[in-house]
Amino acid sequence: MQLTSDRFKQQAQKALVDAQLQRALLNVEKGFIGKRQMAADALPEFEALRDNARDIKNHTLAHLDLYLEAYEKKVTEAGGIVHWAENAEDARRIVLDICRKAGTKTVNKGKSMITEEIDLNDYLAANGITPVETDLGEYIIQLRGEHPSHIIAPAVHLNKEQVEGDFRRVHTHLAEARDLSEPAALLSEAREVLRKQYFEAKVGITGANFLIAETGSSVIVTNEGNGDLTQTLADVHVVVASIEKMVPTLEDTAQILRLLARSATGQDMSCYTTYSTGPRREGDPDGPKEYHVVLLDNGRSSMLGTEYQEMLRCIRCGACMNHCPVYQSVGGHAYGSVYPGPMGAVLTPSLNGIEKTGQLPNASTFCGRCEAVCPMRIPLPKMMRHWREREFEKHLTPATARYGLKLWAFFAKRPKLYRLAVSFGIPALSALGGTKHRFRALPFAGGWTRHRDLPAPEGRTFQQQWQQREALKQNVDQKRAA
Amino acid sequence: MNQSNTPTSGVSVDSERRPRVALFVTCLVDLFRPSVGFAAVKLIEDAGCEVHVPAAQTCCGQPAYNSGDKADTREIAEQVIEAFEGFDFIVAPSGSCGAMLKKHYPELFAGDPAWEGRANAFSEKCHELVSFLTDVMMVRDTGAALSAEVTYHDSCSGLRELGIKEQPRKLLGAVDGLTLREMKDPDVCCGFGGTFCVKYPDISNSIVTKKTGNIDASKADMLLAGDLGCLMNMAGKLKRAGSSVEFRRVAEVLAGMTDTPPIAGSGK
Repeated sequence: MQLTSDRFKQQAQKALVDAQLQRALLNVEKGFIGKRQMAADALPEFEALRDNARDIKNHTLAHLDLYLEAYEKKVTEAGGIVHWAENAEDARRIVLDICRKAGTKTVNKGKSMITEEIDLNDYLAANGITPVETDLGEYIIQLRGEHPSHIIAPAVHLNKEQVEGDFRRVHTHLAEARDLSEPAALLSEAREVLRKQYFEAKVGITGANFLIAETGSSVIVTNEGNGDLTQTLADVHVVVASIEKMVPTLEDTAQILRLLARSATGQDMSCYTTYSTGPRREGDPDGPKEYHVVLLDNGRSSMLGTEYQEMLRCIRCGACMNHCPVYQSVGGHAYGSVYPGPMGAVLTPSLNGIEKTGQLPNASTFCGRCEAVCPMRIPLPKMMRHWREREFEKHLTPATARYGLKLWAFFAKRPKLYRLAVSFGIPALSALGGTKHRFRALPFAGGWTRHRDLPAPEGRTFQQQWQQREALKQNVDQKRAA
Repeated sequence: MNQSNTPTSGVSVDSERRPRVALFVTCLVDLFRPSVGFAAVKLIEDAGCEVHVPAAQTCCGQPAYNSGDKADTREIAEQVIEAFEGFDFIVAPSGSCGAMLKKHYPELFAGDPAWEGRANAFSEKCHELVSFLTDVMMVRDTGAALSAEVTYHDSCSGLRELGIKEQPRKLLGAVDGLTLREMKDPDVCCGFGGTFCVKYPDISNSIVTKKTGNIDASKADMLLAGDLGCLMNMAGKLKRAGSSVEFRRVAEVLAGMTDTPPIAGSGK
């Protein structure tokens, strides 16, 4: 997708006045927050698991080269092929080559954010291969020509009436009398169409939630079973995954899995957790004849050893965006990037550079709720602040904000001068506030007073009053002494 | 372990004299709401401490820190540490400034041989006002009385960076005549976020609108919080909407100093 994060503010403003979107966004709060809390509360070891998960990923990232090599060896032993892709272009080309060799005109896709990151669908379509999304949410947004607005609930910005409209527009076989008013009816309609498609495509593409070095397995976690059909019915299974999906062992995977669904949807486990190790073996009743893994870097290795390394622990559960007051207000599309919300505000500048994405780490109140719910204990606000520091160093901060800050800092660093300035300014401002003790409008305070009144200062500053009180006390003491 | 950081041990200073507490007034309290400062002085003195107010203080540096201006932040932080490190405790009537002093100053100077040790020692002595009263001075009842139905907003930094949740509720529970009516989502951000609220006023407005809806629904006639920025944001929003809810810093109620007009006035 085209990166439009530099227009975040305008996009957010549009989102705020979009009544349909605002109604749909209420589902984020309703659907995720309470359920996650219940799931976490029901598991006494939840906090300990978070510590373990953090440590597992930290260890893996510290030895990522070794684990990647060990993983490749295991995949190869199991009869699969690992393709190393340095960037999005490499990955796209590798996938296209595999599709062409398989002689397919269409590919099925399981839900995958990484193929969004590399713009795979557009590329395949431009090269004569039709990609079909099989996850219901992804299928819906593909019909609409949109991108996911949430990393685990791609169509969360829509309501069911919109989906019904899309189905009637595209599924021309639908009888007018057919009732599609309930989500279950929409699901079965999508299922009917997609069932046929599973047998049309020779190639099935999935992402991976984990890559396991110990066994060379890839793991996907889904609720609809579409991922399993995608990867087992096709002749060729292509896994597209970025390098930080690596975990050392099956046991490590099991530990992190206990956090993933609980943090994401509040489920103990998702409906399907599927491990794939190589292609179909002799005697296997099903499975693909070929098994490929496209291992994508796309900027991640350059995050290693930097203050953004911890971001590579992310398991894409979406809890940070579910709990983010900014995301809840504007939805995912306003961010103008593949990954929205707090995790996107850290990751997108790492992948695309801070120059065009500087608004993302700024669009946060630093309320810290994202970090509080992150199963991998990623310090998201701290890392957003680091991006603000890079931005400030590179003089990318808007000039007015920069000069305003410098002027303020000039006084803040000179307490005597500061005292002098505020001892005149504040009582004057207080007097202007009158008996209402607040302002409806004030020069240079438009950002504040556009939506709210500005409370007026009480009167003289605390320091003015305190010094007077101390001086009086001293006088009294001196008189007493005399 | 440094005793001053162990709540159950009380104060670690020489028992012959009262603990010397330096009040970090915070810039917003200094400029907009001095009565919070005097409420803090009263509460700390009543708890048995001697209060000092170093003159060489302006701001904790958060506006610069959160805008990515690390150099200015460091200069301001050095100035604060120099002015305050000689006291037994440093107390701020704010969760976010308290967290800046306690959590972020050490981060700021990590790995700096000249300042790291000083910043860490300084951090050990820093406390947010209400948690200082309950966790260090073991105050259980401030002796205040107020006939009011209040609701309490957990400011984000105090809640998530300093773990302040039960402390204000405990002390409010001891206020004679006061009823606490919890609102929905008291721990969700009010949309203030420092400079965020003027950089993204429309998003901030959307967030504060949800918050003020919850305040209204609580049917409380007073909102209390531990941070002036959040209070000014919520008060400004509800007052423009014509609400009669009053807004005060929790310290004003705990100190029994509610004779001053509330934040943004009492009228609609």
